[in-house]
Amino acid sequence: MSEMRLAWQRFVRDRVAFIALGVLGLLYALTLFADVIAPYTLRDESRLHTYCPPSALHVLAADGSFSGLYVRGVAMHYDEYRRRSYNETQDVYPVKFFARGEPYQLFGLVRMDRHLFSVDEPGRIYLLGADSRGRDIFSRILHGARVSLTIGILGVLISFGIGLLVGGIAGYFGGHVDNVLMRLCEMVMMVPGFYLLLALRAAVPDSLSSLQIYAAITIILSFIGWAGLARVIRGMCLSLKERDYVLAAWTMGLGDMEIIVRHILPHTISYSLAAVTLAVPGYILGESALSLIGLGIQDPYASWGNMLSEAMSIVRIQFAPWILWPAFFIGLAVMCFNLVGDAWRDAWDPLLKGRGDNA
Amino acid sequence: MILQVEGLCKTYPGGVKALDGVTLDIRAGENLGLVGESGCGKTTLARVVMGLVAPDAGTVLLRGNPDRREFCRQVRMVFQDPFTSLDPRYSVREILKEALTLEPRMTTGEGLTRMRRVLDQVRMPRDILARYPHEFSGGERQRLAIARALMTEPSLLILDEAVSSLDVLVQKEIVLMLEELQQRLHMTYFFISHNLRVVRRLSRKIAVMTGGRIVEYGDRDAVFDRPAHPYTRTLIQAAFNYEVAP
Repeated sequence: MSEMRLAWQRFVRDRVAFIALGVLGLLYALTLFADVIAPYTLRDESRLHTYCPPSALHVLAADGSFSGLYVRGVAMHYDEYRRRSYNETQDVYPVKFFARGEPYQLFGLVRMDRHLFSVDEPGRIYLLGADSRGRDIFSRILHGARVSLTIGILGVLISFGIGLLVGGIAGYFGGHVDNVLMRLCEMVMMVPGFYLLLALRAAVPDSLSSLQIYAAITIILSFIGWAGLARVIRGMCLSLKERDYVLAAWTMGLGDMEIIVRHILPHTISYSLAAVTLAVPGYILGESALSLIGLGIQDPYASWGNMLSEAMSIVRIQFAPWILWPAFFIGLAVMCFNLVGDAWRDAWDPLLKGRGDNA
Repeated sequence: MILQVEGLCKTYPGGVKALDGVTLDIRAGENLGLVGESGCGKTTLARVVMGLVAPDAGTVLLRGNPDRREFCRQVRMVFQDPFTSLDPRYSVREILKEALTLEPRMTTGEGLTRMRRVLDQVRMPRDILARYPHEFSGGERQRLAIARALMTEPSLLILDEAVSSLDVLVQKEIVLMLEELQQRLHMTYFFISHNLRVVRRLSRKIAVMTGGRIVEYGDRDAVFDRPAHPYTRTLIQAAFNYEVAP
């Protein structure tokens, strides 16, 4: 394990990557506690707040004295061209912390109704604005992160499980096994990823629950991702299997799979970790792309991709630019994963430093 | 007769003839030393005997039996480079435990007793079970590799250049230790080396190999005093730097 520890020490020295890791940690923490942090649940909408801009947070009362955090009510106006705009009214809605709100189940287990912050009805607090149905974009980003951020990790775990195993078996046994498995990989790699994604999605029936769709998309995404890794792992195994400790294990009667799992795959783990991190963005983007064109997560469930589908019209972006917030979070997560993955790969093998490819 | 090797042939892809009809017998207690220059097929022979390389022709029998499981239990191999023969990811305890793969199940206590015994035998302290290979020097690692080989009390130990990569003093210690172990444990050594002095010290029989063939095979003294093959003569001359009778 000392190899890992050395790599970690080198990794920590890379400030930017370390910060990126921190940001990712924060994003996942927010995701985990989305129900508590978000002021609204997924289905909470308000017809009176269509495309409401981000709420202004006030701390000073009308007479200039300090009054604690509050937001004002808003009133919708239409001008002569039927363009919508919002003006603040004089109604004051103090921001309450850990007040009762809509009930939810924390981690799907504990029934709770406390929210980190909220305002009393009919006031609404929109930190990042509202979408076409008056739903809070901030809340939806947190809820959507559950899909967008976990699909990457889950997909990567599945596809790398397959990739490690196929690569390990191909590299270790060699010969015909290797030949057949590698041709299979090439066939998977040959099909352009996004079209394969669409084709596989088309094969999944429409009448699924959101959870089933989530699972289906994860599996579809992992089905395209494993081949690249399998090839690299195979290459590593070809050289690893000639190591004396592998031969020694064989002479002591260990089975082939035991040797692959105990003595070969663990030596590819540092590399795999970097490859895994660098592969996650692909899954996040894949899910976003699918959801964006309406084949992924369906309303009312949120994912960063399907939230962005509202932003497909330039006119809407013009008068409600805040609907682009999910794009910011996609970009942030993808960038952080890339920074962390790159830094980890450099830390693991300093010789690779500066080489652009993610292979 | 512990080991019978008959008519082994192996040609590597690319046309290198590593073994060309090798026939050998090893009797219990009669250490066989195999000498020859680098690339003459010594290591290939060891690997074919261990089943690591499949021969093109020929048979390897352990007490008349070709079964791999029996080989794995009764024949153990010590590799040349102690820096690559122990997996750096596992502790000494796990490395030693792995040697028991084919043994009947034993309790943790029994396993520990055995580990302590082999560590004593190779003169390593008993409290190193939780440590990792990188914490040891080359000589210590080779002792650990030998300890691992002793775990199942094998009847035949194949030492493939087992002391060649160590410095002279460590080499001497390990050779002395091997001598002592043999007397105590009644093992037979198949000792492969290009170091004639070590081979002479440890072996009763000598086989000389060149170009994938055994060119000379006989009792140690006979081979050293009256080498029959010209290649053996050159080898002995080179090693001991003295003339031998033609």
